[in-house]
Amino acid sequence: MTRHTPPPPAAGCRNAPVLKQRGQHEVFCGLTGIIWLHRKMQDAFFLVVGSRTCAHLLQSAAGVMIFAEPRFGTAILEETDLAGLADAQEELEAQVERLLERRGDIRQLFLVGSCPSEVIKLDLARAAERLSARHAPRVRVLNYSGSGIETTFTEGEDACLAAMVPALPATDRRQLMLVGALPDVVEDQALDLLAQMGITDVTVLPARHADSDVAVGPNTVFALTQPFLGGTHAALERRGARHIPAPFPFGEEGTTAWLRAVAREFGVDPARFDAVTDAPRARARHAVAKATETLNGKSVFFFPDSQLEVPLARFLTRECGMEALEVGTPYLHKGVVGAELDLLADGTALSEGQDVDLQLDRCRAARPDLTVCGLGLANPLEAEGLTTKWAIELVFTPVHFYEQAGDLAGLFSRPLRRRAALKLEAAE
Amino acid sequence: MKLSVWTYEGPPHVGAMRVATGMTGLHYVLHAPQGDTYADLLFTMIERRNHRPPVTYTTFQARDLGSDTANLFKTACQGAYERFKPQAMIVGASCTAELIQDDPGGMAETMGLPVPVIPLELPSYQRKENFGADETFHQLVRALARPVEKTPQITANLVGPTALGFRHRDDITEVTALLEEMGIGVNVTAPMGAAPADLARLGAAHFNVLMYPETAESACRWMERALDLPYTKTVPIGVGATRDFVAEVAELAGVTPRLDTARLRLPWYSESVDSTYLTGKRVFIFGDGTHVAAAARIARDEMGFEVVGLGCYNREMARPIRALARDYGVEALISDDYLDVEAQVEALAPELILGTQMERHIGKRLGIPCAVISAPVHVQDFPARYSPQMGIEGANVIFDTWVHPLVMGLEEHLLHMFRDDFEFHDDAGASHHGGQHVPRVPTADRPEAPAAATPDAITWRAEAERELRKIPFFVRGKARRNTETFAAERGLCEIGIDTLYEAKAHYAR
Ligand code: SF4
Repeated sequence: MTRHTPPPPAAGCRNAPVLKQRGQHEVFCGLTGIIWLHRKMQDAFFLVVGSRTCAHLLQSAAGVMIFAEPRFGTAILEETDLAGLADAQEELEAQVERLLERRGDIRQLFLVGSCPSEVIKLDLARAAERLSARHAPRVRVLNYSGSGIETTFTEGEDACLAAMVPALPATDRRQLMLVGALPDVVEDQALDLLAQMGITDVTVLPARHADSDVAVGPNTVFALTQPFLGGTHAALERRGARHIPAPFPFGEEGTTAWLRAVAREFGVDPARFDAVTDAPRARARHAVAKATETLNGKSVFFFPDSQLEVPLARFLTRECGMEALEVGTPYLHKGVVGAELDLLADGTALSEGQDVDLQLDRCRAARPDLTVCGLGLANPLEAEGLTTKWAIELVFTPVHFYEQAGDLAGLFSRPLRRRAALKLEAAE
Repeated sequence: MKLSVWTYEGPPHVGAMRVATGMTGLHYVLHAPQGDTYADLLFTMIERRNHRPPVTYTTFQARDLGSDTANLFKTACQGAYERFKPQAMIVGASCTAELIQDDPGGMAETMGLPVPVIPLELPSYQRKENFGADETFHQLVRALARPVEKTPQITANLVGPTALGFRHRDDITEVTALLEEMGIGVNVTAPMGAAPADLARLGAAHFNVLMYPETAESACRWMERALDLPYTKTVPIGVGATRDFVAEVAELAGVTPRLDTARLRLPWYSESVDSTYLTGKRVFIFGDGTHVAAAARIARDEMGFEVVGLGCYNREMARPIRALARDYGVEALISDDYLDVEAQVEALAPELILGTQMERHIGKRLGIPCAVISAPVHVQDFPARYSPQMGIEGANVIFDTWVHPLVMGLEEHLLHMFRDDFEFHDDAGASHHGGQHVPRVPTADRPEAPAAATPDAITWRAEAERELRKIPFFVRGKARRNTETFAAERGLCEIGIDTLYEAKAHYAR
């Protein structure tokens, strides 16, 4: 087979120095994950215990996606709740009772902690335990923190999935677990590829419904589909499961490497592997090649956002011919993205955490062709003449595995094509 | 503790941000965790601002708690001053910082910054966004405005417009023109476009035009007392209100009232025959108090609608809105709970909703047309074109905007006539709205949603139900409800075709 991606760099970035600055972070908190988690888990309700700010964040992040009565809400703490703690605990339980009475369709309830609930030390674990005991087996009540003082954006999903792990039933079955909330269409593609290789004993965390029999145990091996699941990774290991380290399934190279790691674990014959993957690999390469016409030779600068930055930088540099000027990430979990770092060209600037003003200075000085950043920064940078890609779209859009590789590249090429297409000056 | 799904207003510090972002030369240091930076996107994405809001967030984390959140605040404050060199700063706490009680105001004071630093006390667990804007502007004006010599020419301040306000940008242009016609200049417009130095010379004006009581009434009251600046009480939205406003301004300024109506089209558009179909359309009005009061008057007196319900989400306006509702013979709904509003709309089944972004979604769900009259609004309500709500052009814009979601006059008749035509059927919607043509679905496959409040005892006979479906969609809900009320009043428990037409005759107007 012809080689389409360059060989791995000699050293990679696993041991490269990382710039760490402490200043203003311009990122969402973990509550934001509720926006996609509640679509994925179709019988779950997410009850944030927080303030008007938390409710407003969810609403603003959800944008125009207003459902009549969505499966999430905020129990807004009021002056009276702050006065006496015992009351807040009781109030919360009363709210839950009312909610469960009204919404008979709810099978899983997540009590989601926020900064205010954590600062006043509201014990959501105890509340979840008591409510669970009262409503079992119809409803399972769990809790996790999505607060901004504990979690950054996608870490909310990590905290949610990690909270589910201890409650999973035990099993000794030899099985594969896919970990990460993917859009159904992508998840189905992944399961289908695995099935074609003969790997059929597969469960997915999170499952679409509460009654799917997801279990875990010492014969479970798991593969992460998202790079921000460090906490879930640890929780699964505590249950005896073993991680299959691999690059993440972004682009043709990432998807193949990810599948190959799983295939090797299950002893899939290389000929069979090729037979299953050859056609979709070719399709993915073909689709990516189109966007590469625009992206080739262009530079990219990542502001920290979702922890997808390292895998995406690998994809853009190795498959789309881009140069990464700085790869900022809120948190660099080497145990999870180590295989990705090995593939990043030596000398790529890595930064973890943020001082947004200093980073903006660096970005302006570097004048990248494309800047990947949050919604608060995109328009101001465009107004300064920089082309941007909103990072949040990368978590809201199906971008994993072969059939989406072209879409993923397209997300980055579209802003560049758009800027080139606009002719707003007089014709002369 | 109150369960909330969608909120009309953000927390009070978002109100403070609306003031700061509207202004220039002011910087806001907000003691807050990282997630609170989401608020930037309201301005950069929804309002499409091309600058970051002038806000520095301390973004403290759990590990900072109890050790050095206070230091973090001081560093952020110092850093913000050095980087942005503002003329003045405001400092305050978000909901979380309020709980850790670091006292940003006190700390900033001890830092000896060379510019005025104004502390904000915005109780996050009691108040909301509009209060936050009003209080922030009030504190800024108190701190910065001083008695100064009046301008020789008669001038006014335009007070109240903020960032993220519903059509504030264009209302400023319109009101400036209204004043100019009477020979009155604008001294300062604030907060929008003003720098702290401009606030210092607010007192040079002869009076204030209070454009939006929600965001600037406290400041106007204070200026009335401290700077001897009277302020206008009429908000010039609608033809009648604009005329009243001109009279009020003339009186305050001691000039002759003058209003150039050459460009005013609303009275004629309402009088022209195509508007006959607007007569008695049942409307429900919801939003902030100021815009609701203005919309109610326009709806009844200038469009010939019937106001079947109204209300506001900001409790600060509860009293005037209740009084207003009594004038209109309805009961006011004062609530910031989206589900209450939805229930009310469902029960009233109006033909048109005048509301906010939330009501637009309620309307979409219930199949009722909606026009937006008030914040909160989304990106499509910050149009590129000039589209004020105030003054002469505002009245024109309002006529167009409210009529747009409805089916046009002549089209309404055609729908009655050809309602069984395969292309021209009522599920296709109004012809001037986008969207693909919807083919007719056989009636049998399409159960008609029963009205929410169907009295249990009453049932529809199959042939009456079929007859009901022949009525065009935009009056079907009303026909169903009227018939049921008619039947209930007469103690009938079954509705036949006769009942349907008897009710129709009964309610004929
Ligand atoms: S950062 Fe904290 S207070 Fe702010 S929205 Fe997130 S959880 Fe709520």
